[in-house]
Amino acid sequence: MKTMKSTIKNMSEKRAATSEGWFNIPEMPAANPVIIDSEKCTGCNRCVNICQVDLLVPGKVKGAPPVVMFPGECWYCGCCVVECPVEGAIKLRHPLINRAYWIAKEKLK
Amino acid sequence: MAVRDWPYKLEWGKEETIETDILVLGGGIAGCMAAIAAAQSGQKVVLVEKGATKRSGAGGSGCDHWESAATNPCSKITPEELTGAMLDDNDGFNNGISHYIECREGYDRLLDIEKMGGKIRDTGDEFKGAAFRDEKTRLLFAYDYVNRYTLRVWGTTFKPAMYNELKHLGVRIIDRVMVTSLLNRPGNAGNRIIGATGIHSRTGRFYIFKAKASIMCMSRPSRIWLFSASLPGLCEFRPPQCVGDGHAMGWRAGAEFTMMEKSVGAEFSAAGRSYPPYGAGNNHNTWYGSTLIDSTGREIPYSDRDGNIIEDISGRFKPSSGQKFFLKGGSVDNPKYQYRGPETLPFYEMIAKGYKLPFYADLSGLPESERRVIWGMMVGEEGKTKIPVYKNYTEAGFDPEKHVLQCYGTGWTSAQFLPDERQLFGLPGGFLNDWDLSTNLEGLFVAGDSLYASNCYGHAAATGHYAGRHAAEYSSGCQKTEPYKRQVNEEKERVYSPVNNKPTSGIGWKELNMGISKIMRNYCGEVKHDELLQIGLDQLADYGNRIMSETYAHNPHELIRLLEVFDILTVSEIILHSCLRRKASSKPLCFIKYNSNEASGAGKLITIRQDDNVIRTRELDVDFFGDLNENYEKHNKKYVGEKSSHK
Repeated sequence: MKTMKSTIKNMSEKRAATSEGWFNIPEMPAANPVIIDSEKCTGCNRCVNICQVDLLVPGKVKGAPPVVMFPGECWYCGCCVVECPVEGAIKLRHPLINRAYWIAKEKLK
Repeated sequence: MAVRDWPYKLEWGKEETIETDILVLGGGIAGCMAAIAAAQSGQKVVLVEKGATKRSGAGGSGCDHWESAATNPCSKITPEELTGAMLDDNDGFNNGISHYIECREGYDRLLDIEKMGGKIRDTGDEFKGAAFRDEKTRLLFAYDYVNRYTLRVWGTTFKPAMYNELKHLGVRIIDRVMVTSLLNRPGNAGNRIIGATGIHSRTGRFYIFKAKASIMCMSRPSRIWLFSASLPGLCEFRPPQCVGDGHAMGWRAGAEFTMMEKSVGAEFSAAGRSYPPYGAGNNHNTWYGSTLIDSTGREIPYSDRDGNIIEDISGRFKPSSGQKFFLKGGSVDNPKYQYRGPETLPFYEMIAKGYKLPFYADLSGLPESERRVIWGMMVGEEGKTKIPVYKNYTEAGFDPEKHVLQCYGTGWTSAQFLPDERQLFGLPGGFLNDWDLSTNLEGLFVAGDSLYASNCYGHAAATGHYAGRHAAEYSSGCQKTEPYKRQVNEEKERVYSPVNNKPTSGIGWKELNMGISKIMRNYCGEVKHDELLQIGLDQLADYGNRIMSETYAHNPHELIRLLEVFDILTVSEIILHSCLRRKASSKPLCFIKYNSNEASGAGKLITIRQDDNVIRTRELDVDFFGDLNENYEKHNKKYVGEKSSHK
């Protein structure tokens, strides 16, 4: 329930920051590169300030998690994860089309 | 102007004027080193960066190889030998000046970075006794373990170290500002550069910079042929905001370029075409020396340049018999026999010998130190590998002692492209430079990926520092000049015009970029026809005259992205003009002209610039820079003197 609440909060923040009105429902991006755990995030905005592409913007309230406003522009460098002071608060997730395959060598015949 | 719910305070049109001695344009590797050198020379320095200097640029997230460190204490080859090979391997179509600087000063820069806090040697003795380690200096080498001129480094530590050094030296760093134009005296293209303008990517504030000297340290162009509107951040190898703004503003200001007709069939990292760099099976660059196996687990052997099978793993890191050294690295694609190093069999031979697709990179049978230096050090320290590859794959269960990583494409490549999908890669075109790394425009110096035939990290660092020194020398002998109001106002009108258009019917940056890249694929693909190139120019002119006035940006961030695409349009025009002016095919330029052979134009650079909307070109011998050592010493008496007095 808690997660649902924070998801709704994130969504409404994003809508407030990107859209003009109620009927402008955000489009699902082609990929969600940066996954923020709102339970762990302290809202320090270090990730916002290190990103050279400027994907993220600060949350509306002080201490709130940042909003990934321009997910498509992510270069997948992972500097936001390196910069984050809380282990596991931010994750980089490759789009499905960019997930490479590996196999145990012993299975090759 | 657009008013929306935006997280930052909007300052559309508000002006801020900043004065300095030296203005550094771009805060990547070259820009940081230029600013450091200029500040050390006693000049007041301002560095302007579109992103965040601490991690910005192609090398901001890391670097695992430092190429061409020919003056490191273990190197067996000289800067002259190495630069000579780099020139010869490209039939002269390479930047002799900048690569000589790279070979001669690259190691000096590594030592600088070490002093700043970067890690360049195995201080923790993690690889004690490894074949690639020098026990005395603790330096680690890659590729050619005999000649030892490319180093393995802990490059994730470099950019933050440079950033701290900039602050320590009192350089004023202005992040989140896109430089949009160069200012000429007295307001006309082709004259001395006296500053620049910029716009803030969060607030929209307008900046006017006044400087005695400026150093162009921006990226090479990108997203010319390749664009994905859904994943624009993954269109190319380098970061998405590195689109070649510098080339575009240089062109508008009258700078002279060369080799802009060169593009290569795309190979690297484009959305939908590839996998994370260094995150798919291969045996190149970071993964050099890895074993390749086929889908039945059978090993694909390495052979030397004469086709002799190399039985022993240590043979992968040695020159062939009778060969002094071999070339490997970021801009060495298919070297001549003389410089060819060990390689797995060519793809058609593998198939003929019955190897089955897909192939896999297999680290499991390598000596432990070789496996650990690839997976854990290099995959980890190379740009975009610490988190996206090393951490993510490890967490998902990848174990280099057990698992093999799949290759995509025909053999080792990690992507497959169509012939008309091209990139500015492998020593692409850029600003023409002299021995001071000055451009044809007085007061404008150039370094890193802005230079023609640029390549990697060490090249950026070495040329950045060099340009910083020479710009400082120039700056100390001249005065600042007031910008010309008309030029500033025209630029202000240009950059803000999209904000005043209609949002509902407006064309956004992604739509425009898609349009441009389609024009370039259609009319400037693998084989060039003059008739098609001309149509490409006409269509881009139509975009410039008609479509650009219909574009729209909701906020400063989108405006920056749109201004980048305007620059992509300008760069595309430079490329088309350059392609029209080279009349014959050229192998070293990867240039194929319909119905032509290589009879004319060999050994000649074609340069191009615009002057009052007239395109001016000239031919220049590829070796116009003269004797490397002699000219270097002549232009760097102080530096050479200081170095020898330290010895």
